[in-house]
Amino acid sequence: MADKLIDNIVNMKEKEALQEVQDMISNNVSVMEILKKCRTAMESVGERYEKGEYFLPELMMAAEIMNQVTEITKPLIQNEKKEEDNLGVILMGTVEGDVHNIGKRIVNFNLEANGFKVIDIGEDISPKEYIEAIKKYNPGLVGLSCLLTVAFDSMQNTISQIEEAGLRDRVKIMIGGAPIDDKVCEYTKADGWGEDAVKAVKVAKQLLGVD
Amino acid sequence: MPNKENWEILSVEEKYQRRMESFINPDIEFVNKEAEEKYKKRAQRYRDAIELKKPDRVPISPNIGFYPAQYAGITAEEAMYDYDKMSKAWKKFNNDFDFDYLTPCTGVGSGPLLTKLDLQLYKWPRHGTKPDSPFQCIEKEYMKAHEYDELIEDPSGYFMRKYFPRIFGSLTSWTKLPVFPTFNELPFVCAGMIPIGMPDVQESFRKFMEAGMEAAKWIKVAGKTNRDNIATYGLPSISGGYTKAPFDILGDTLRGTMKIVLDMFRQPEKIFKAMDVLVPMAIKMGINACDGSDNPFVKIPLHKGEDSFMSREQFAKFYWPTLKKVILGLTEEGCVPCLFVEGSYNKRLDFLTDPDLPKGKIYWYFDKTDIIEVKKHLTGKSSFGGNIPASLMKTGKPDEVEEHVRTLIDKVAGDGGYILTTGASIDNAEPENITAMIAAAKRYGKY
Repeated sequence: MADKLIDNIVNMKEKEALQEVQDMISNNVSVMEILKKCRTAMESVGERYEKGEYFLPELMMAAEIMNQVTEITKPLIQNEKKEEDNLGVILMGTVEGDVHNIGKRIVNFNLEANGFKVIDIGEDISPKEYIEAIKKYNPGLVGLSCLLTVAFDSMQNTISQIEEAGLRDRVKIMIGGAPIDDKVCEYTKADGWGEDAVKAVKVAKQLLGVD
Repeated sequence: MPNKENWEILSVEEKYQRRMESFINPDIEFVNKEAEEKYKKRAQRYRDAIELKKPDRVPISPNIGFYPAQYAGITAEEAMYDYDKMSKAWKKFNNDFDFDYLTPCTGVGSGPLLTKLDLQLYKWPRHGTKPDSPFQCIEKEYMKAHEYDELIEDPSGYFMRKYFPRIFGSLTSWTKLPVFPTFNELPFVCAGMIPIGMPDVQESFRKFMEAGMEAAKWIKVAGKTNRDNIATYGLPSISGGYTKAPFDILGDTLRGTMKIVLDMFRQPEKIFKAMDVLVPMAIKMGINACDGSDNPFVKIPLHKGEDSFMSREQFAKFYWPTLKKVILGLTEEGCVPCLFVEGSYNKRLDFLTDPDLPKGKIYWYFDKTDIIEVKKHLTGKSSFGGNIPASLMKTGKPDEVEEHVRTLIDKVAGDGGYILTTGASIDNAEPENITAMIAAAKRYGKY
């Protein structure tokens, strides 16, 4: 399917993609239509990433274009029927004892670009803060991020406290970060883990049953 | 300093030999003959592996972060602020675990020194992290997208007047410092000194001086601790210096991950030029440290050239050419680059066999790269190691660790040129797993 906007995003043509969006707006194409095309483009970028054709730079560049499109279309969106069309709410944070955020930001960026609503509650988040945020935002999925190996215990502790607070059945939990593997997932009793931002989208879709 | 007599006329091989000589016979007074013999045996073991020979057994190299603090029951905060506690903790660790090489205490850094400078690039205990959490890098866009030309034209000036004021809270007034290359003729000197008289600049230099005094205090303890551990336990130091790949210098701490990836599409030529400017500095950084420590090994942690980060084509274009220049710049001065591949390099191992790289002068160690493939590629070219998951040290059981080490040695150590170590530095572990790793390597690693 030849579509100028989708092609430009998929081929990392930033200026052309943004110009196309402006042209579409001038031609009264609906914002929802524009965003739908962008999502199709993002999915295609994700697929190429999974096939090993695209890597982080492309993923981020596409998400950056997507972000700019969102900025451009934001003022127009009130004029249209407001739709709650996100795929689900994900609460994200870096666990207690760890203040790294780059991996998490990349994952968030990509989750949002793929249609999820992400609430990022920051870094060095204690189990108590997670529990309060779960009660407040009622997410379907909670993401725990870390870069340090010392954070394994922190992840385990967070998940067990969420369980003690009686909230474990209400949320799915995914973990991520450079040192995470199957063993750590088992150790922390998380529901799933992913090694990169595209896998995070897949795991999120799978855990929330929106695939 | 190594013996640099007639250095200019020495061949590359002679420079290497002279640095290695200092490593094998260091200027250290050992506490007894036994410690000295242990040292020599272990140093030779390492050298043999680097030179692709079969040593008496596989060298067991520590790759340790803050774990000695946890092990000794002190917090990361205490390790960074209480030099005596830190010293005792690292002494205990070096004594209790029978690694072949020193776990230096200098890597944890000095809290008071960093506090004086108010480093913004990191968080550490009392400065953004909890007492039991190690320091952590805070990535931001410290260098703006339009500032490449400034960096390229005058990197030192850029660092001093633009970058330092952003990353050091105590040096914000350095934006006012004069341009030093014109700071020479009589009237210029007088005019140039005017900003130095301003109260905020004066204050910044006062703090700079205090940080320097703190450095002296810290290294007095930390340096002595390292030397004592070498002299007492016969543990050779394999940490001579440190440098980075030019792309990582730009991507990690100047532009940040989120921005460097955009620059790759928006202004690739600027990245290339900036990296070229950073090459000689990265080389000098490694050599100066090796000269200072009189030790040939330069650690280079590799970050953004990783398999999942960029494509092979991007690696070939953006990452490898200037990394290769840094590697060659170091080997030409007789240093041994020790490259730590974080993440994995499964799709680019062939770059590591570049025919321009000297044989038996480089050590590569890996986090998650398929170690069998590593062996296939590097045998006869460069020494290699790693691939014991850091997570196994925390979440595994001693018998699993033993099995992992046994299999690893079985599969890849047979032809020599192999050094056993974990694939990420250890901040958190179960002591019995570390002991199991060392014991297994001793049991199964004999040649």
